[in-house]
Amino acid sequence: MRNVDIIIIGGGPAGLAAAVSAYESGCRDILILEREEKLGGILKQCIHNGFGLKMFHEELTGPEYAKKYIDKVIAYGIPYECDTMVIGISDDKTVTAVNRVNGVQVFKAKAVVLAMGCRERPRGALAIPGYRCSGIYTAGTAQRLVNLEGIMPGKKVLILGSGDIGLIMARRMTFMGAQVLACVELMPYSSGLKRNIVQCLDDFGIPLLLNHTVVDIKGRERLEGAVVAEVDPETKKPIPGTEQCFDCDTLLLSVGLIPENELTKMAGVKLSESTKGAEVDESLETSADGIFSCGNVLHVHDLVDFVSKEAEKAGANAYRYVKGDMKKTGGGVEVKNGYGVSGTVPQFIHPESMDEPVNFMFRPKGVYKNAEICVEAGGQRIYSRKSRILSPGEMVNVQLSPEVFKQVPCIEDVTVKVEA
Amino acid sequence: MFDVIIIGGGVIGCTTARNLARYDLNVALLEKASDICEGQSKANTAIVHGGYDAKPHTLKAKYNVTGNGMFDKVCSELDVPLKWNTSLVAAFSESGIPKLEELKHQGEVNGVHGLSIIGRDEIIRREPNISRSVCAALLVTNGGIVCPYELTIANAENAAENGVRFYRNAPVTKVEKDGGQWRVQSGAGTFTSRAVINCAGLYSDVINNMVSENKFHIKPRRGEYYIIDKSYAGTFNASIFQLPTKMGKGILVTPTVDGTLLVGPTAEDIDDRDDTRTTSGGLAKALKFGSATWEHIPMRDVITTFAGIRAHCDRDDFVIGEAQDAPLFFNAGGVESPGLTSSPAIGEYLADSAAEKLGAKAKKNFNPIRKSIPKFREMTDRERAQAIASDQDYAKIVCRCETVTEAEIRASIRRPVGARTIDGIKRRTRTGMGRCQAGFCTPATIKILCEELGISPLEVTKFGGESKMLDRYLFDKGGGNHA
Repeated sequence: MRNVDIIIIGGGPAGLAAAVSAYESGCRDILILEREEKLGGILKQCIHNGFGLKMFHEELTGPEYAKKYIDKVIAYGIPYECDTMVIGISDDKTVTAVNRVNGVQVFKAKAVVLAMGCRERPRGALAIPGYRCSGIYTAGTAQRLVNLEGIMPGKKVLILGSGDIGLIMARRMTFMGAQVLACVELMPYSSGLKRNIVQCLDDFGIPLLLNHTVVDIKGRERLEGAVVAEVDPETKKPIPGTEQCFDCDTLLLSVGLIPENELTKMAGVKLSESTKGAEVDESLETSADGIFSCGNVLHVHDLVDFVSKEAEKAGANAYRYVKGDMKKTGGGVEVKNGYGVSGTVPQFIHPESMDEPVNFMFRPKGVYKNAEICVEAGGQRIYSRKSRILSPGEMVNVQLSPEVFKQVPCIEDVTVKVEA
Repeated sequence: MFDVIIIGGGVIGCTTARNLARYDLNVALLEKASDICEGQSKANTAIVHGGYDAKPHTLKAKYNVTGNGMFDKVCSELDVPLKWNTSLVAAFSESGIPKLEELKHQGEVNGVHGLSIIGRDEIIRREPNISRSVCAALLVTNGGIVCPYELTIANAENAAENGVRFYRNAPVTKVEKDGGQWRVQSGAGTFTSRAVINCAGLYSDVINNMVSENKFHIKPRRGEYYIIDKSYAGTFNASIFQLPTKMGKGILVTPTVDGTLLVGPTAEDIDDRDDTRTTSGGLAKALKFGSATWEHIPMRDVITTFAGIRAHCDRDDFVIGEAQDAPLFFNAGGVESPGLTSSPAIGEYLADSAAEKLGAKAKKNFNPIRKSIPKFREMTDRERAQAIASDQDYAKIVCRCETVTEAEIRASIRRPVGARTIDGIKRRTRTGMGRCQAGFCTPATIKILCEELGISPLEVTKFGGESKMLDRYLFDKGGGNHA
């Protein structure tokens, strides 16, 4: 058993930023545990640009963005173990991990930061009818194969789902000589960033078929085609007679990301139904004392910049916890999702003891034009701002200072909502 | 020349192979697919049936009851997961109760012990998550669940360790008598043997009808299933059937030995025996009928769906034994449910019959024991440390959903009748069977398979044939380390 002040599980963008921030807050006993061979997480395979506009005011590729943090981790001498899988965690912050060098290791941490990221929804979860042939990949798996292994999965590609990775892969597969036939989206809007739709589909003449889905998979051995049908926007049921078959040898899925909370559950942490991540308060502490959560394991973000920002907070607060410097009074006030809002993080705040700004993040439930984003506390509107367009693909951030809450007496709950 | 050629590497063929290995015989098994366990044996309910369902005095009844009684010994010798979780046949209206009585009586005629009818309170006590509309149920204490792939593969491994030769990618195109021997043409060449045992499952009619005038015909019957995430393990303890219909035992909800839950199968007669497609209609039906047992099936936690084809025979029973007009040609024809349960008994009977006809003696050094690949996920931390100390590859977890290590994957390839495909690795180790459905582990699994077999990633298939995983290198292959 080895004692460590802060263990950070995951060396992707969230884990790296949490480590750097904990160090800069003064912590000198940190350990990052990373399951892959190198630090950087999913950024390693995101070789496109567009990262860092918010954090660094420059346009970076994924590996360049990760390097900014990895360089700091190395300069600060923060210890990390790669190729290391955490296989156990308990609510008393005992962490069990395995790797080739040290075998089974048991750590006792004063604080833990969960930064395990998320995974992609697979074909099976969608129950798409048809054959179970080869040639069907999640977009992220294809991205890894193309960008890290240098191998193309196929020649003629259909993309189901318009999540950001799917959009990015539409462009990437095109660049690498594949023919991308279309991007098919069940919803009446894309779940990806607007800029990705423009730069990855529109610029290459790849059609985006909204209100469509794949209803049959053809090909007994390798994929030979996918049948696409229009769906009723209300019921999401395919409309008979609208079927068209795309001859393709590859189907890429970009149909949602799921926070990977297996360890979080093992630690007995309470999870949120809507985000599928831990429930946290404004310090990003979970229901388990001294266990913090940040990044895509907490809730799926649209931009890595926001992941880093959130993780910095988790890292700094983990060290405050270690020092015994966290002052929370009261049981915590619930943050409710009002009209048009889903999955607001944090789920609880402590208005009386808050001493730094709280950042509410959520995804709009639908597309709203000229809408107003509002926060209400104790029956009073404490914040509002107009937005020209809101959509589920783009996260909304609302930062409020502690003073805003102190002006309202007796806060029993806080509601975040959209007025459209 | 072989003494015996077995056609088909499903659970019946592999069990027969293992039982033949007990004798001083030269045995070969020919499998048409790229791997054993690629047909019915991989896609079924994984239930060890009690034996109440089969019509009395049929071969199905006989082999079901005998086979059921052999499972403890077989699974213990072969180190295969088996759980006697009991089965319940639930009636959701009062009108079903007489039918339960009939099933109970039928089971007793078949020789099944420990059948009883239990009331609503007792059902709910046992199964708190069953639909509250349940009225009564037949309790089948000798109902169990098993891992069907591991059972098939374990039989094959043990057979191979005891001298049976396995030929995969060997579809049989012709079986004919040539003087005093059988000549079998296959995709892996022409073989001759003294005896042939037809365990060809969905194609058992085709093989039989090549040599016997006593013909039968397989009417393929498709069943579609959902698999629910193992986070629901414990939702149901028993395998819960609904009242049977003429098409089969109906749609059931059952735990698996791996912790996931199965909902299915539908029963649909189709023309094409390889049509393992799932369909929107079939899946909707499985959901609708499954919901009678489990009211709120968590569709958000479906990890995958699949279809299996049953080798339903026009004789409505198994065809077992030597063909009357073709000496030394033995059939295991039309083996559908309860085929998995019957497999130990059918395999033993066929092997013993062939051995007797051939005048074979028992082999002195037959070793009935097979150990499974040690599973990291089932070890204590102390055992894990020991496993890593002896093989560092135990420290590399490749499949994170099912916690499968690189050591287990390498072992699955190196073992007798080892994995040669991505699906082969999956069935031997559970790699990619979890909730991410191989999203993360596919590149690593491909790499390990290539290293072990000395092949290029471009040659790797999901399950043989044209099921290639990858298309082309982006850069000159000489340039460095790919995939």
